[in-house]
Amino acid sequence: MGGPDRPGHDDHNERREMLTMIVKRLAMAIPSLIGVVVVTFLLTRALPGDPAVYFAGPAATPQAIQQVRVNLGLDKPLIEQFGRYVVDLAHGNLGTSLTTGQPVATELRNRLPASAELTLLGLIVSIVIAVPLGIVAATKPNSLIDQACRVISTAGVSLPVFFTGLILVYVFYYLLGWAPAPLGRLDVFYTEPPHVTGFYLIDSLIAGDPGTFMASLKQLILPALTLAIFSLAPITRMTRASMLAVLSSDFVRTARASGLSAYTVIITYAFRNAMLPVITTLGMVFSFLLGANVLVEKVFAWPGIGSYAVEALLASDFAPVQGFVLTMAVMYVMLNLLIDILYGLIDPRVRLEA
Amino acid sequence: MTPAPALSVEGLSVEFRTRSGAVRALENVSFRVAKGETVALVGESGSGKSVTAYAVMGILDPAGRVTAGRAMLGDLDLLAATPKELANVRGRKIAMIFQNPRTALNPIRPVGRQIADVLICHGNVSRRAAPAQAVEMLRAVGITDPARRAKAYPFEMSGGMCQRVMIAIALAAKPTLLIADEPTTGLDVTTQAVIMDLINDLAKELGMATIFITHDLALAGQRSARIVVMHAGHVVENAPTADLFANPRHPYTAELIAATPDSAASLDELAAIAGSLPDLRRADLPPCRYSERCPRKIAACAQPLPLAAPDAAHFVACWNPLPAQVVVAPTVSAA
Ligand SMILES: Nc1ncnc2c1ncn2[C@@H]1O[C@H](COP(=O)(O)OP(=O)(O)OP(=O)(O)O)[C@@H](O)[C@H]1O
Ligand SMILES: [Mg+2]
Repeated sequence: MGGPDRPGHDDHNERREMLTMIVKRLAMAIPSLIGVVVVTFLLTRALPGDPAVYFAGPAATPQAIQQVRVNLGLDKPLIEQFGRYVVDLAHGNLGTSLTTGQPVATELRNRLPASAELTLLGLIVSIVIAVPLGIVAATKPNSLIDQACRVISTAGVSLPVFFTGLILVYVFYYLLGWAPAPLGRLDVFYTEPPHVTGFYLIDSLIAGDPGTFMASLKQLILPALTLAIFSLAPITRMTRASMLAVLSSDFVRTARASGLSAYTVIITYAFRNAMLPVITTLGMVFSFLLGANVLVEKVFAWPGIGSYAVEALLASDFAPVQGFVLTMAVMYVMLNLLIDILYGLIDPRVRLEA
Repeated sequence: MTPAPALSVEGLSVEFRTRSGAVRALENVSFRVAKGETVALVGESGSGKSVTAYAVMGILDPAGRVTAGRAMLGDLDLLAATPKELANVRGRKIAMIFQNPRTALNPIRPVGRQIADVLICHGNVSRRAAPAQAVEMLRAVGITDPARRAKAYPFEMSGGMCQRVMIAIALAAKPTLLIADEPTTGLDVTTQAVIMDLINDLAKELGMATIFITHDLALAGQRSARIVVMHAGHVVENAPTADLFANPRHPYTAELIAATPDSAASLDELAAIAGSLPDLRRADLPPCRYSERCPRKIAACAQPLPLAAPDAAHFVACWNPLPAQVVVAPTVSAA
């Protein structure tokens, strides 16, 4: 802080600072990625159950089991298995699922958009509700909205995500019949839109097919709402707390005293400053959602990577589990990078510290 | 005789609701600021100087409430004004500079933009012309290379520079009254003098009245025509500067003057004022909040304090004031 005077920057400088920061953060991510590769490998080897026994079948002779083990390369020393794993990884080869016989990389690529579409929609719904709610609650302490905000914050955390999901299905599908059956991304009467992004909402729009768009939206509503309800509490709470802190700070008082409009004071001055902790919370919530997905995908028969991983785990199927954990890890790293970039865009001090 | 005041605060009382009870931060505070005049608000920490300023500006904490009084800016009572009326005068006719210039500026907005925001808001400059005008304002407050500095963030500037930016923001709309709340705390001595000179010069140039808030009586003596002494939320004395120093009437003022390094022959003589401010949450606060520290306390001190006569040149809120030595101006002796 209180350093010597520094001259102002021009835009060119700012962009260079930003780029330096991104490159540095990327470099810092490399060791964690290496760690993830090692840990996923060891973890899957430490899982209970012998895949060779499992795949040879219940009636297999010891010779048959040994044969399977050799085929899978499981008879080799651990270090050699690891070496092969790394070489395969470098070629984008995540191995083959023993249960489905499909390459893991392909299956993950096909299923990731399903999970991503669901999670992002859930998060967006949550942000659209929680952030304005938190802002209003902070600007009008003890008002009705503030009370509502408090109820949401406490109620939200106490509901487990699969429970919310089941309740929503029970009420909106079983009792009211408003929602379609919780069976995947699209009703059987519709065909999936031509693949562009993998997000059905977007792809159906690109294809100019409003019917499919509506159908996939209907399937998405309940699971997305489940995730949204789950993340409402932390985002509302953090927005409110962060806004309260900023609203009582000196510079907001200055802004008020200099007669700036309420909108400028609350949004341009206060909220932009209050955003940093909110973004951190969003990152955390997003990570939670990736985990919570596993349960929600089960409840709604969603063909995402979460349900894929669970099935593989139950079958002691190494490769998909490894692939899943690796995908998650890469997503976490990218998420953190994104958060850092947002931080840098919002706060000039972060840019310079990098 | 007295010209129409730029601001007239009359009987202002402010309370804060807190968990541990109501804090009666201000009680019956009255003073006037004539057009173009500099009035100093002096008192130790916690005496209610900032709260007075915030109440007048309408920027009290949500917990704070004005329970009585008026603050007349021309014909407009700032304390009863609608939000719309307030928006019309705040920053435009009455502006404020804060202590702690570093934290008083938005940390993530270039300073030029912050000045431009105010310029645009008050409608005297178009959105397109605002950045250039902001640079001009920076030049006017003595910032070198203003075009480049306009793009800097507060954390890239020294405290003195930040205070200059604050001044530029406050004066952007050429107000008729400026409230400067300890504008030089946290700055080194040389910068302090420079900033004070800058405020004085600009005030003179714009014909602006100034309320200068400080706990430094000596500084107030150098910079203001009139001094209002506050103690625990009361105005205890209000007099022209020369008169106040020559003839302090309130025991608290006398103690303050004795405690001022300038007038003490050596540091050893620096008298610390006995006792401390009373807890303003107490239900049994005496009518005179100084009486518990006061060496001149008499039985009469238990009755309500004398009220300020509206045009008193030298007002003292005391039942047993120090004797008036030389009558410089007509004195309202309260006893
Ligand atoms: N938000 C608040 N809640 C409760 N009490 C408050 C609040 N703000 C101010 N006060 C009380 O009002 C009184 C006057 O405070 P104020 O900030 O005006 O003092 P000051 O004279 O400006 O002192 P300083 O020289 O330290 O700035 C203090 O007793 C303080 O405790
Ligand atoms: Mg103060």
